[in-house]
Amino acid sequence: MAKRVLMTGNEALGEGAIRGGCDCYFGYPITPQNELTAYMARHMPDHDRTFIQSESEIAAINMVFGASVAGARSMTSSSSPGVSLKQEGMSYLAGCCLPALIVNVMRAGPGLGDITPSQADYFQATRGGGHGDYRTVVLTPATVQEMHDFAAEAFDIADRYRNPVMILTDGRLGQMMEPLTLWDKEAAPPAKPWALTGAAKRIKRTIRSYYAGRVPENNARIQATLRKIEQNEVRFETYMMDDADIMLVAFGTAARLCRGAVDCVRADGIRAGLLRPQTVWPFPHEAIAGYCDQLKTVLTVEMNAGQMVEDVRLAVEGRTPVRFYGTIGGDVPSVADVVEQIRLLTTGSES
Amino acid sequence: MSEIALYTRPQSLEDVSMHYCPGCGHGIVHKLIAELMDEMDLRDKTVAVAPVGCSVIAYEYWDVDCTEAAHGRAPAVATGIKRFRPDAFVLVYQGDGDLASIGIAETIYAANRGENFTTIFINNTIYGMTGGQMAPTTLPGQVTTTSPTGRDVATMGYPIRMCEIYDTLEAPSFIARTMLDSPGGIRKTKTLIRKAFEAQVAGQGFSVVEILSPCPTYMRMDPIQAMKHIKDKVSEYFPVKIFRDRTAE
Ligand SMILES: Cc1ncc(C[n+]2csc(CCOP(=O)(O)OP(=O)(O)O)c2C)c(N)n1
Ligand code: SF4
Repeated sequence: MAKRVLMTGNEALGEGAIRGGCDCYFGYPITPQNELTAYMARHMPDHDRTFIQSESEIAAINMVFGASVAGARSMTSSSSPGVSLKQEGMSYLAGCCLPALIVNVMRAGPGLGDITPSQADYFQATRGGGHGDYRTVVLTPATVQEMHDFAAEAFDIADRYRNPVMILTDGRLGQMMEPLTLWDKEAAPPAKPWALTGAAKRIKRTIRSYYAGRVPENNARIQATLRKIEQNEVRFETYMMDDADIMLVAFGTAARLCRGAVDCVRADGIRAGLLRPQTVWPFPHEAIAGYCDQLKTVLTVEMNAGQMVEDVRLAVEGRTPVRFYGTIGGDVPSVADVVEQIRLLTTGSES
Repeated sequence: MSEIALYTRPQSLEDVSMHYCPGCGHGIVHKLIAELMDEMDLRDKTVAVAPVGCSVIAYEYWDVDCTEAAHGRAPAVATGIKRFRPDAFVLVYQGDGDLASIGIAETIYAANRGENFTTIFINNTIYGMTGGQMAPTTLPGQVTTTSPTGRDVATMGYPIRMCEIYDTLEAPSFIARTMLDSPGGIRKTKTLIRKAFEAQVAGQGFSVVEILSPCPTYMRMDPIQAMKHIKDKVSEYFPVKIFRDRTAE
């Protein structure tokens, strides 16, 4: 029987990655994700797998690159300033069509900012982040259970498409504890007929993103993969949307608060609902667009100055007014704050 | 009468023409590496890492599995490969800008962890690929596009001696500097690369050979002058010697 345990989000994520078949972990200390690195330091050796505390985030992502080249399921984790340093390596992973898992336990920026939870790296995560035309699959858990499950599944997605996958979460989800059911499926990594193993009894293999004169071909291959990901990997969850005329859109920590706010205002007869993207790239454009006819307003709630709201507006294409509520610089909204925002919308529309 | 082949193209070297300038050291070292892969039976288990620099497409020249690495990051990439595949023979090939400037942190830390791979370090005192800018190894007074009146050590610092830095670390098993100044220097270079490869095969940890190498194009000399310059000037600043050799232990 699947086991129930109590863990922090960071540790649950680490255990999920191990159960998902992570062969190699490389990381550099930064708050608020240190529990994850420490968990991997304690547990990877038990499973005879590789753990290295690297000299920098740049080194870590390039170790991930090397392990992936050799056919491993490899990952790194960091928080915002460290993830900025990984962008070059992520661009190379994408350019070389290599699977990998990158975890960003976001904190406030810009600059050193603070260690307080934030969602301000949405643009960086969903627009590619490094140089060149590429995207990273971005999973956005909202519970400790999802931190665990998404980590276990991330390697399958990365391997299926030979594309990097990111888990985008924040310091609050990373450090809070919740009960969860441990992942109990056997990891089943696919054969990797492209990996570098030494060319015994076969022709040599090359992994490269440098194709002087043939870069358009490589880009076309990457774009074809991204279109497949858009078709197959959009994930989202809805709550009380059947009769809703106000739709909240939020991910991660902000979505938890919105769910509480929906419950509160429903008690007063306000018909609010929630759409929570579990992937922010690919983004649930069609699902959001599909609700427009029944809605008076869309309210996007984020822990930043308004980033995902741009994707929501692209989905809605002007059919419904889209409002934004956000907290900046590491402040986290309360349920009461969100309730107040919903009330303002309803009084606004009735007056 | 039968013909005896005294020398043939190494099997681990592709039968293609290389893009290097006439007299460039990269082609010479590529060939030495390929000969050793044949002689030491390493081809089938080699995973090589090519740098960003003039040798960026080294994978088109060796008949082995090979990956690119971002500029300077080859030692970190090699770390990931070797930790997951300890039985692979991992070869890292880097220029001086790659190894001693942008990638110096990865360089020092992989060596300091004693990662069991071999680095072949081409020190040509210049950035070749980008058109002859000042390198970390550019000699005092040397004219480059970014030191147009010669490297002024007062503002640009001194050339970095990497072998001497490696030699301060406990973990490396083999550290040597050699030069491509003559046929004898080329033969000596091959002997030292062989030792570095042996160190890895024996599991002794990080090994490195720094090779003072001609870049006639940006040394602004003909190939023979460039080799003479290496002997007379470059090796004066970068002494050619074996700094450490644990292969005998
Ligand atoms: C991040 C990054 N910065 C700069 C460059 C441009 N670049 C390409 S090769 C190179 C220097 C190469 O010099 P070296 O390592 O000495 O090798 P050589 O070409 O002399 O063999 C530079 C700066 C790059 N490709 N990537
Ligand atoms: S520029 Fe220099 S290092 Fe580059 S290929 Fe030409 S001679 Fe060789």
